[in-house]
Amino acid sequence: MVPIYALTLVLLVASLCADVDKTVKAVKSAGKQFARIAPAFLSMLVCVAIALYAVPESLLTQLLARESKWLATVFAAAIGSVSVMPGFIAFPLCGILRGNGAPYMVVSAFSTTLMMVGVATFPLERSYLGTRLALARNGASLGIALIVAVITGFVFGELP
Amino acid sequence: MSYLRQNRLALGLAAGFLLFVGASRLGGFAPGRDMGGHFVSFLRDMLRVLPAVFILIGLFDVWVKRQTVEKHLGHGAGLVSYLWALLLAGTAVGGLHVAFPIAYALHVKGARLGVVLAYLAGAAICRVPMTLFEASFLGWRFTVVRFAVSLPLVVLTSALLGAWFERRGYRLPALEDAHGAP
Repeated sequence: MVPIYALTLVLLVASLCADVDKTVKAVKSAGKQFARIAPAFLSMLVCVAIALYAVPESLLTQLLARESKWLATVFAAAIGSVSVMPGFIAFPLCGILRGNGAPYMVVSAFSTTLMMVGVATFPLERSYLGTRLALARNGASLGIALIVAVITGFVFGELP
Repeated sequence: MSYLRQNRLALGLAAGFLLFVGASRLGGFAPGRDMGGHFVSFLRDMLRVLPAVFILIGLFDVWVKRQTVEKHLGHGAGLVSYLWALLLAGTAVGGLHVAFPIAYALHVKGARLGVVLAYLAGAAICRVPMTLFEASFLGWRFTVVRFAVSLPLVVLTSALLGAWFERRGYRLPALEDAHGAP
């Protein structure tokens, strides 16, 4: 968190030295844009809070350590798409899933969809990209995640 | 007043949710309490980053010339523009939700849609600190495979989607009138 504020502060001071009017305009525009998008952020947070509750760790482990790798991969992609979590929770969780016997292919589907596909963040994404582009982006991301998972399966010798 | 009216759906949802959480705390309803806890912790995380991000966007708006962005990330900037987008994304903070306003600002300044999509994908999957974290839990081989497979696919699908939407005259939603240029 510190580097980004240090950077912001340095740039802000530099901007102030160069042109006070322009800097005031920049800060005003920042405030305006923030106010404009704050409601979408709030609804995203509500969705995220509910999604995090709906997908607890125990359910995850149960679903992802299945006999059928393919089925588990599909589950993993679905769960990864609907849930949102910060990296510092997600990757340790992936480590736990590995430890509980989930194949690399399944962990890959989970982590990549987690990062790229956002059902809970969709309201926010829609207000920036529009519904159609947001849908297309998420669809393409899901496809990419599945391809990455299958190739990961081959590389780690989990798929014949 | 018009602000409240325009956003009544989102604000109503948030207000309803907070009422539910408050009632859950009073009534000792565990699921509601847990959701409230997640909500607060996420809100805190976001409020920590977002002010800086929006001020950076504001400065970017005011200082960076449209021609500069157009030249490097716009139409006719070629494949290198995807490299720029991914490098820029590699240094991004926060997840996708922080990347959306930045991507939008880039597009308003003349970055073409494909490059904007590549930036978003990059912010999702190849942020540097996150990658180090991933590798330490799942091993470098896993991370290398993920990068090697996903990056070409990201550039390909971003370029295709961007071209497809632009050819059909797609416009991003108009967000604010603070910008000089539409």
